[in-house]
Amino acid sequence: MARVGVFVCFCGANIADFIDVPAVVEEAKKVKEVKVSVLYKYMCSDPGQQMIRDAIIQNRLTSVVVAACSPRMHEKTFRKALSDAGMNPYLLEVANIREHSSWVHQKDKKAATEKANDLIRMAIAKSIANEQLHEISVPVTKRALVIGGGIAGIQAALDIADARIPVTLVEKSPSIGGRMAQLDETFPTLDCSQCILTPKMVDVASHPYIELIPYAEVIELDGYVGNYKAKIKKKASYVNFDTCTGCGACTQKCPVKVPNEFNMNIDKRKAIYTPFPQAVPNKPVIDAEHCTMLLKGKCGICAKVCEKGSIDYKMVDEVIEREIGAVVVATGYDLWDPKPYEEYGVGRYKDIITSLEFERMVSASGPTNGVPLRPSDGKVPKNVVFIKCIGSRDEAKGIEYCSKICCMYTAKHAILLHHKVHDSHAYIFYMDIRAAGKGYEEFVKRAQVETAATYLRGRVSKIYKKGDKLMVRGEDAQIGQVVEVEADLVVLATAVIAPHENPALARLLGISYDKYGYLSEAHPKLRPVETAKAGIFLAGCTQAPKDIPDTVAQASACAAKVCGLFAGDTLKKDPMISTISNEFCSGCLNCVKVCPYQAIVTEEIPLGHGSKELRTVAKINEGVCQGCGSCVAICRSMAISLAGFTDPQIINEIVAI
Amino acid sequence: METEVKKAQGTMVSAENPDITAPADWQPVIMGILCNWCSYAGSDLTGTSRIQYPPNIRIIRVPCSSRVDPWFIIKSLQTAADGVLISGCHPGDCHYISGNYYARRRFLVTKKLLNFIGYHENRVQFSWVSAAEGPKFAKVVAKVTEDIKQLGPLHRYKKENF
Ligand SMILES: Cc1cc2nc3c(=O)[nH]c(=O)nc-3n(C[C@H](O)[C@H](O)[C@H](O)COP(=O)(O)OP(=O)(O)OC[C@H]3O[C@@H](n4cnc5c(N)ncnc54)[C@H](O)[C@@H]3O)c2cc1C
Ligand code: SF4
Ligand code: SF4
Repeated sequence: MARVGVFVCFCGANIADFIDVPAVVEEAKKVKEVKVSVLYKYMCSDPGQQMIRDAIIQNRLTSVVVAACSPRMHEKTFRKALSDAGMNPYLLEVANIREHSSWVHQKDKKAATEKANDLIRMAIAKSIANEQLHEISVPVTKRALVIGGGIAGIQAALDIADARIPVTLVEKSPSIGGRMAQLDETFPTLDCSQCILTPKMVDVASHPYIELIPYAEVIELDGYVGNYKAKIKKKASYVNFDTCTGCGACTQKCPVKVPNEFNMNIDKRKAIYTPFPQAVPNKPVIDAEHCTMLLKGKCGICAKVCEKGSIDYKMVDEVIEREIGAVVVATGYDLWDPKPYEEYGVGRYKDIITSLEFERMVSASGPTNGVPLRPSDGKVPKNVVFIKCIGSRDEAKGIEYCSKICCMYTAKHAILLHHKVHDSHAYIFYMDIRAAGKGYEEFVKRAQVETAATYLRGRVSKIYKKGDKLMVRGEDAQIGQVVEVEADLVVLATAVIAPHENPALARLLGISYDKYGYLSEAHPKLRPVETAKAGIFLAGCTQAPKDIPDTVAQASACAAKVCGLFAGDTLKKDPMISTISNEFCSGCLNCVKVCPYQAIVTEEIPLGHGSKELRTVAKINEGVCQGCGSCVAICRSMAISLAGFTDPQIINEIVAI
Repeated sequence: METEVKKAQGTMVSAENPDITAPADWQPVIMGILCNWCSYAGSDLTGTSRIQYPPNIRIIRVPCSSRVDPWFIIKSLQTAADGVLISGCHPGDCHYISGNYYARRRFLVTKKLLNFIGYHENRVQFSWVSAAEGPKFAKVVAKVTEDIKQLGPLHRYKKENF
């Protein structure tokens, strides 16, 4: 029979003043399983714990009830007292007679005492059904997978690899670098993007702990924290990277010209191409959609000019597998298409461009050699109108949120315009100037003062053509008048949006995303880089729009999380998780549907003893289960049991009153 | 008629069965089943803030409101409880992502069943209380206690009562 010990705490006056503790101690003795019931001033103190330890040994207790403060407060302390006495710590139950009684019924000692009696009876009854539980330890594979090779992915990979943890970095496009590689100079210091980025890109390629897999995508992820298995599809590049030296003979000779997406389609690239001169890896790939050899079997020039014989038109996609313990998702962002701004003539007027197009033009290595040019006639513009919040903070046409970076990069563009075209003038239509950040407000001032950019607060209502100029009509709210600016070029600061593939990726990884497609962090304030799925972390714009300093900070935070996860050889896990009994499981798989963590899989077992026929049952992966109990309540066969909160435990509590 | 007389004399009469009565000073027992992360933490905060509420509730802690099996509700009503309160995290705030949504749906179905077999609407209630809502927890308990007092003692559907 069960032998229960009850230990009632005075908590100084906190409990003793409002509950008749000696009476409670006597009442507990009436339960037949209770072998010892005592009181003490401070149960959580050393002598209090000693008292528990001694009683456990002397009375050969099979479970312990401490009636004191909330279990959220001292459950761990008392569990430790049990283990110190050689007892399984999970045989403890705490009756919360302080937060739930003495503190909330201070005017009615009789009722508070009765309630304490009930709470203790419930805890005794529950404890009798408690089982010995043991911490679960799961092995870890110490390799991280980083998805996306923008500055976020690069930083995370480097930081993790510097801690001597192997990293597999998977990048969708032929080169790492992401959007940052497309930028000219960067706010708030105006250092050249390429100059600070390319050394990091080279480090990635040469790091002994980084395996870089460009031109590839993750197509499957199985498993759980510490034990994931990823399937990675390497797209056919038709170039053997092992032998290619990156000489560039092929890209020079290829006769097929294609709009160059890296330069925002301002110029052309070839069908065999490296996206930009500093690409890492610096090896070309063949764009199968445009290569005439792949499409029609005609051409083959690149194979002819390649001295190394690296061109292989028969190459096919390849799927490889990697075992990893943690994942950092860093898939970055896309830019909103401003087509809905019809009143601006977007699509009709060639001289309306987006900020990223402007960024490519002013880039020294860009398609116009660093000088902005009007797409219509190739002339250098003098009057340039920048319009902020295109699609951002615009529920009707775009999205509700603020894209965060446009205020700053538009100020930067005003400065860069002035640097490149000295006699130019920048007009900036804005709703607000949001310049919160180190050195940011000063930077905006610099644009306003040094380059004399004209900031006009108000929305642009219309753009129309007059001769070869664009007339921008808007409101200047500060003087309360409609203004018209004659522009040579109009630049739209289009909203930052989540990559359109994010929802599919999130489903594949088993993590969640918000209504805009940004991947969701576990907690907006306290767990900003973790996802709700253990072992999967977020860095950069894939979580929300942010600039480079924030992106890098978040990426390093991810690296710290991964290093922490891999610090031991195994991961310790709370044993309060669910298990399914094969005997009772009918295979309805209702539990599979409700599990928020996809912890439940199916398994084929023999129909009966020694039978050859099979039947399907559900099985819980103990590494993944978080112990919510959703599945337990849904199971009609009562086949599932959640350790620590089993049906017998809870029913015992209910019937104890 | 008879019920009115009893009530006028101060006797508590069960809303479901006028034959079940209790003396005027009768106090109901309420079973509270709270999720660990939000509502239980919220009830702890009520305590640390010393906010007073009626002493009728007995609290059971579960990890998530989705752990609550309708059986627990029925068992409570069969044994000592005159009313049941289930409380979980606010929609969207569930510690286990979506558990509280399952709980709410399951609860609505259970409630329909209970109504069908004759229990009054207010016997079993559901609330969202976050870990920060100490005052709200006290209010919810006060309201549920008041509601159950209005309903009077419970006619227990147990074998021995038929
Ligand atoms: C016009 C403009 C100017 C800017 N100027 C500045 C500035 O001056 N200063 C500043 O601090 N910030 C600036 N920014 C912001 C800056 O670009 C971002 O903060 C930064 O690029 C975010 O990095 P990221 O790695 O999160 O995303 P990205 O740079 O978008 O990188 C994401 C990477 O992931 C890859 N990827 C996507 N999906 C997958 C997938 N499924 N599998 C594998 N790989 C995938 C992409 O190919 C890409 O390489 C500017 C932005 C714009 C639009
Ligand atoms: S709900 Fe129960 S019976 Fe159905 S598959 Fe899951 S464990 Fe088996
Ligand atoms: S207890 Fe929750 S997390 Fe664990 S298997 Fe069941 S539903 Fe999934």
